[in-house]
Amino acid sequence: MILLAEISIRDFSPQSHMRAHVAGSPFAAYTDGMRVSELPRPSPERLLKQVQAEESKRWGAKLKIFLGYAPGVGKSYRMLDEARRRHERGEDVVVGAVQGQPSDEVQAILRKLESIPPIQIAESQAIDLDGILSRAPQVCVIDPLAAQNPPGSRHAHRWQDVQELLRNGISVLSSVNLLHVEEYKEKVQAITGKNTTQAIPKSFLLAADDIVIVDVPPDLCLWRQGEKLTSTGISNSQERQLSELRELALLLTAEVVDAQLESYVHAHGIEPVFGTHERFLVCMTPHSNAPAMIESGRRNKERFQGELYVLYVCEPGRSKRERVTIRKYFNAAKEAGATTEVLESNDPISSIVDFARQKRITQIFIGHSARNSWRDRLFGDPVLRLIRAAEGIDVRVFPH
Amino acid sequence: MPAPVDTPRGSLKIYLGYAAGVGKTFQMLADGHAAAQRGVDVVLAYFEPHARPDTIAQAQTLEAVPHRKIEYREKIFAEMDTEAVLGRKPRIALVDELAHTNIPGSDRTKRWEDVQLLLDAGVEVWTTMNVQHIESLNDQIWQITGIQVRETVPDGIVRQAAEIVAVDVTPDALLNRLKRGAIYKPEMVEKALSGFFKGSNLGALRELALRQAAHEVDLRQSAYDETRGFQVPRISEARPGGVVENQAKERILIHITADPSTAMLIRRGRRVADYLHADCTALFVHQTADLSQLPTEKRQAVEKHLRFARSLQIETRILGGAEIAQTVVDFARHNRVTQIFVAHSQVGFLERLRGKNFTEAIVRAAQDLQVTVVADRTRRQAF
Repeated sequence: MILLAEISIRDFSPQSHMRAHVAGSPFAAYTDGMRVSELPRPSPERLLKQVQAEESKRWGAKLKIFLGYAPGVGKSYRMLDEARRRHERGEDVVVGAVQGQPSDEVQAILRKLESIPPIQIAESQAIDLDGILSRAPQVCVIDPLAAQNPPGSRHAHRWQDVQELLRNGISVLSSVNLLHVEEYKEKVQAITGKNTTQAIPKSFLLAADDIVIVDVPPDLCLWRQGEKLTSTGISNSQERQLSELRELALLLTAEVVDAQLESYVHAHGIEPVFGTHERFLVCMTPHSNAPAMIESGRRNKERFQGELYVLYVCEPGRSKRERVTIRKYFNAAKEAGATTEVLESNDPISSIVDFARQKRITQIFIGHSARNSWRDRLFGDPVLRLIRAAEGIDVRVFPH
Repeated sequence: MPAPVDTPRGSLKIYLGYAAGVGKTFQMLADGHAAAQRGVDVVLAYFEPHARPDTIAQAQTLEAVPHRKIEYREKIFAEMDTEAVLGRKPRIALVDELAHTNIPGSDRTKRWEDVQLLLDAGVEVWTTMNVQHIESLNDQIWQITGIQVRETVPDGIVRQAAEIVAVDVTPDALLNRLKRGAIYKPEMVEKALSGFFKGSNLGALRELALRQAAHEVDLRQSAYDETRGFQVPRISEARPGGVVENQAKERILIHITADPSTAMLIRRGRRVADYLHADCTALFVHQTADLSQLPTEKRQAVEKHLRFARSLQIETRILGGAEIAQTVVDFARHNRVTQIFVAHSQVGFLERLRGKNFTEAIVRAAQDLQVTVVADRTRRQAF
């Protein structure tokens, strides 16, 4: 965590960054118009990923996680099958821990691989961290990822052991169930009634080099748990429950993939990729019907499992009363789960479009301007100017 | 071959991937093999012969129906022999590549049409496709990858599937497979690496496939709940404090013109309507409601767009009206439409001066409605 703070000060301090680059540049006038604090900031996940990546990349170690929505989807098999293929291609693979009672298929793979058995302490097990570190394989299989270490272990959680292996240049293959992701525990419990004390933080998943979802239809998943194979599709309440977990797991994987895509785009300095994910931008003015727009934004965000931004572009010289109104709307926006931003600019249209491009927005919500003057017709109604400028982005015009 | 009236329709399962080589076919064959071992009557109805060695090995564990050989331009092509599969009448038929276009001279143009026959005859079908083959995603795929996919499957066919299985693999693993020559022949690899398999394309397509799979799962939950008369809100939809959202159903109206941009407008409208669980109607307005009054070229374009809308299960209407924008808005009001979808009309300075911009006219006329100006995604090319 200390390292994290250092990096954010060293590399991303907005003040030093801006002042150093903007002064005297041809874009000075424009950038000065934006409040410095509104400049793009790396997300905590990206920072964490950067730290982990920097630490392990020196050694080329990678973490690959197989995610399943419930027991019985076959993630352990997929993971061990990859371990087997890597072993056959000449990589130095050892098995540090395997889950529960291995099936015949899994046992067949395990017989081909070297294993460093876990250490049994009282009722629980911990991986033989020092044993693995001194054996120093290229790849280590650790399954499951979410496990608590017995009291007195070096780390409280197994995922911290994994971090240590990565830091020492050992790649890790591991698997985890949706139930064991901290941020999903409550949701999964609400659906299935199952609870757990063993969980990994979601940020650990987001920081993994690779994540793969192991997806099977719910009926097959139940069949592997010993139920009768019914038919395809949802046909009973148990399948209905699993289907909901499955949707959550797919969306979580999509989120991780999206974060990876963003890092890739940043690392390669290429243009952001548009349209993989719906992102809504509500642009507020003091006269627009902001509550209706925010409500619609919330609804769209939920339906599309997308993201919602609420932006206010403040033209210099606007009255205090307007700012009070805007603040009220911002509270509503935050309740709707939106990320809010204020930009200061003389050219609201350009600021909106630039912001939208930066955030990979797919739909801009804007209130219809009531004016219908000859001036608007001649120079263009601001809404129409926005529509023309926002090439590649949908614009939804809201009534007053 | 008409099926007996009492035969229930076969169910459809789709293995959904995001590129060639992710392992859709392998997964389908492995599941087929497992089913056969449980004693289920499974046959391999179509399988691409130029597959990877381990996929071919997996295929050899299954009973296969011989392909039909069709000669076209002095070459022999293999297609699924649908009649032979119907004659064999298995419980489950595995059919690779749902989006495939049959060789001219085949009985049907598209493989998904052959699959319809199997389903109608009560055969359960398992098949494979990539996310980029979904019709309503066509423009988004173009925007993301810069590639226009020509073989598409109508959304309605995908919707028929009782089950969608996401076949996931990391782009790194996929690129390794590609470079090892496991996906394409060596001479094709370079081309693939600079095309579909380039840079961030794979990550973006993968994200789309995962989201699409999640969406398909969600739609099937809603359908299940509806048949049971459940009104439980999804976890994701529950409002803070447990208040169930009770909002009027959204209705989307797509304004159809002869302009080519109408196709992407229809696709986008379909997609948004699906996500919002909204009704969707397409409307064409002209001075008279009689299409035969239009110049031939324009009439053909409009008819093509109306057919396309209907193929995506969008109800179509034609109205006569002197003021087009006003007629569209009046129709929207009478039918309690909540959102009008229009394409961004490219107008010049003079039209603007005269206030003749159609988009503007709609926005002004529809004071109480939302108007969505859909971007032309094909204009903003990917890097």
